[in-house]
Amino acid sequence: MNQTEPESGAAHSRPFLRLFTAPAVITAAIFAVAMLAILQYSVRAHIPGSLDVGGFTLANFAGMLRPLYAWVFIDTVWLCLLTAVLSLIFGYPLAYALVRSRSLFIKSFILIVTVTPLFLGEVVRTYSWIVVLGNNGFINSVLRGTGIIEQPIQLLFTVTGVTIALVHVTLPVVVVMLAAAIAHIDPAYEKAAESLGAGPVRVFLTVTLPLSGPGIVAGLTTAFAWTFSAFATPQLVGGGKVNMVSNLVYQLGFANFNFPFAAALCVAGLALTYVSIAAMRLTLRPLEKVGLH
Amino acid sequence: MAKPLSHRMLSFAGKALVVAILGFIILPAFVVTVASFNDKAILSFPPQQVSLRWFYNAINYRDFRAGFHNGMIIMLAASFIALIVGAAFAYVIDRYNFRGKQLLEALLLAPLVVPHFTVGLGILILAAQMGLTRTFTVVVICHVILVLPFVLRSVYISLHNLDHRLELAAASLGAQPWRVLFTVTLPLLAPGLVSGWLFAAILSFNEFTASLFVTAQRTQTLPVAMYNYVREYADPTMAAISVIFIVVTATLLALANAFLGLGKVLNVEQAR
Repeated sequence: MNQTEPESGAAHSRPFLRLFTAPAVITAAIFAVAMLAILQYSVRAHIPGSLDVGGFTLANFAGMLRPLYAWVFIDTVWLCLLTAVLSLIFGYPLAYALVRSRSLFIKSFILIVTVTPLFLGEVVRTYSWIVVLGNNGFINSVLRGTGIIEQPIQLLFTVTGVTIALVHVTLPVVVVMLAAAIAHIDPAYEKAAESLGAGPVRVFLTVTLPLSGPGIVAGLTTAFAWTFSAFATPQLVGGGKVNMVSNLVYQLGFANFNFPFAAALCVAGLALTYVSIAAMRLTLRPLEKVGLH
Repeated sequence: MAKPLSHRMLSFAGKALVVAILGFIILPAFVVTVASFNDKAILSFPPQQVSLRWFYNAINYRDFRAGFHNGMIIMLAASFIALIVGAAFAYVIDRYNFRGKQLLEALLLAPLVVPHFTVGLGILILAAQMGLTRTFTVVVICHVILVLPFVLRSVYISLHNLDHRLELAAASLGAQPWRVLFTVTLPLLAPGLVSGWLFAAILSFNEFTASLFVTAQRTQTLPVAMYNYVREYADPTMAAISVIFIVVTATLLALANAFLGLGKVLNVEQAR
């Protein structure tokens, strides 16, 4: 990657540089301006009944400290952490099998099954979970049909139900990131440990797992951010009983038309996401370092 | 050499675990498929009578038709723009260093971390200030921003694996940069470009949260129409359209895997 810079001014030695960068600059600029628009709105006063905004104020951020909102932030971070850790635990065996399976058919099968939900979008997946978790849904029908339970178990509109659906959303991306990390481990290290007498469990715990550290960190942080971004899942599976920041933003924006407060929630949410990710990376620094030779 | 019993048991437990996790991923798709063929309007398992009425319903429902139509327009525009912007910039990232490169890269990859509702709200506020709400332009811009990281990544990985000596050979034989680009680089990049475009197209068509913020009645996409449907009705029409979504998405990805090698594009192939 560390190519030496060609002599500056020699335009012909860097063909297409300007032409190819210009569209990216325009796109990045639009994105940056949109983010600045949110920042700007977050410090404006809300004029009830109007879409115009008033003067500068910090009232939106002060309003977030009210227990009602503060709890939503705490619940959201907790759900994101829980989802990220569960996705890691369930994603790891799948990623390992995806990379290490010797059969091309099994590899392709795991890859398609894992990647399809990633591209499916939140609505289809969330709806599917409603059908699975509902009181007349799949799980309760099966349990009642086999006589294990008499009354349906309440899964919809509970934290458990929302967590199950959220893990389903983040699992694919965690698997892809872990698989990329596992794929880049040189099998020679594992063979060396094996030839020195380590059993499969020991090889995995002392060689494979630590060497996939960068993938673990990337998977955890991405799962955290994606869960924070989830909207339809807490909205429909949570049914108002489980609220995340995304649901508040939508409600304030489109039910109350209080866009300044919605923008302030976005700013706080974004700050919280970046702080959490930084904290996770800091905590897991030894893991992230180990993979780099 | 026969492996000891403990190893074989471990290997069996590992396989059972993988099958269980795959089962967890497939379960909702399986259940929704069963529900979609059920004749009754209320969900019940197992279904008493098989029928295709919910599929007729889904295909003929006006909002779904309009959403499909709008979604195709937005998807085609957004995926091609994202492909051009992303492929061009991936080329630049791979080849050059210049001031501001990292900032530009960070901004374009940020939508992977910035929540979709935040991107949606930001674009909506911007659109409102410019009097562009309720236009397709706004939705397309929003989708380009959201899908660009995926195009960048898949084209970048292909570029990274490309043998530069082929380009050098063409150049040393007197080919001008444009000719090298069109006769050597682009053809070699084809798998990365096609899969990058496909990722962008699928993600754009299926995107929901940001679309909910930036679309209006006139520009409503299919996932937004589906979300509105779930909130109002409980019949299996939604299950039927979900099955169509799942089948089309899985088929496209399986085709991409067969012809382009998704393992390479996603960088999950065992290094030699």
